[in-house]
Amino acid sequence: MDLLKRKHAPLTDEAWKQVDDEARRVLKLNLAGRRLVDFSGPHGWKLGAVNTGRLTRSGEGPVAGVPSSVRVVQPLVEMRAPFTMKIAELDDAARGADDLDLDPVIAVAERVARAEDTAIFHGYKAGQIEGIVGASPHKPIDVTGILEWPRAIVAGIETLRAAGMNGPYALALGVQAFDELDADSEDGYPLRKRIEESVPVASLVWAPAVRGGAVLMSTRGGDYELTVGQDLAVGYAVHDRTEVELYLTESFAFRVLEEKAAVFLRRAGAPAKKRAGGRS
Amino acid sequence: MSSETYHEPLELLSEETRNMHRAIVSLKEELEAVDWYQQRAEACSDEELRGVLVHNKNEEIEHAMMNLEWIRRHNEVFDANIKTYIGSKGPILAVEAAQTASESSGAGAAGEGKSAPGPGVGLGIGSLKEKK
Repeated sequence: MDLLKRKHAPLTDEAWKQVDDEARRVLKLNLAGRRLVDFSGPHGWKLGAVNTGRLTRSGEGPVAGVPSSVRVVQPLVEMRAPFTMKIAELDDAARGADDLDLDPVIAVAERVARAEDTAIFHGYKAGQIEGIVGASPHKPIDVTGILEWPRAIVAGIETLRAAGMNGPYALALGVQAFDELDADSEDGYPLRKRIEESVPVASLVWAPAVRGGAVLMSTRGGDYELTVGQDLAVGYAVHDRTEVELYLTESFAFRVLEEKAAVFLRRAGAPAKKRAGGRS
Repeated sequence: MSSETYHEPLELLSEETRNMHRAIVSLKEELEAVDWYQQRAEACSDEELRGVLVHNKNEEIEHAMMNLEWIRRHNEVFDANIKTYIGSKGPILAVEAAQTASESSGAGAAGEGKSAPGPGVGLGIGSLKEKK
């Protein structure tokens, strides 16, 4: 049976289409990690863990004289974010209404995108995800002022190069960092333009889930992998006479394969980055 | 040998491919039998024999569908296409056009109806990384 149970929802095909289209639009706008890391999947609900090819250290087995090890796997995290919509509003889609109130869809899509990206950049301990920032062995590079961004980016690239991490490089910018690069200028010339022209950063990516600065990383491939079981989808939970509860869901795992492929550019004065992940 | 219709040396074919071959050959045989019984029944001048032949034809249709279901369970492309076309409404070519439009917009069939097109595709977002 389809786990999303969409066929049981009191939604017309027209309503489903508007809900799905809006969710898809907002997710694509907000998801940053998927623009930067390798992607594997979708593999479906049945995928429960990713094979790492590793074993725990050998120890005593069930019987003396039979040393045993346990395979290390990366479990998939299953996210499910509910939202509620008015059935009467959704029914209007079948009457040709193309201006449905889809605010709940927008809100949940933004929330889920933030959750996925937070796990990717800052980790998610319960899901055994360390995150790009937490895994990086490089000392964060402090950005002490707005005009310090170009210097910090160049220093970051040198750090990655010195560690043998070739490009192309991308910069995942948190909200404050993105605003600073976008709005402020040096001699009337936007900082973002100056950076794009003077340093070999392939792309600047708006990444609202990045806290306290920006993540400079190689996007050459093979360093970070997002594995998706069930890709982002809208499912049905329950309904009454007036409202229907739907949810946005996905199952995924994220692995850092090369820890040295990213360095954190820490904006001094910005809220301290909170490390949710941790080496396990 | 159960079949003389292999087109490649047997030693080069996996057991999975051999089983799929068996299923496809069986499906062809069942559909061929349906065709034969259909023609014989229509041409037959004996009412009782015609009844037996129609009964046999319907049995073959059941066999063919059982075969097809095995194939669907073992081949994702058959599975996706069966979900798209079997039981669909309206002109069949329009179903294909709608499916093609859905795929090109990145929507996936889940955006158009109530069932997902394949395992886990959902909204069809996947990777957003630019191809090198």
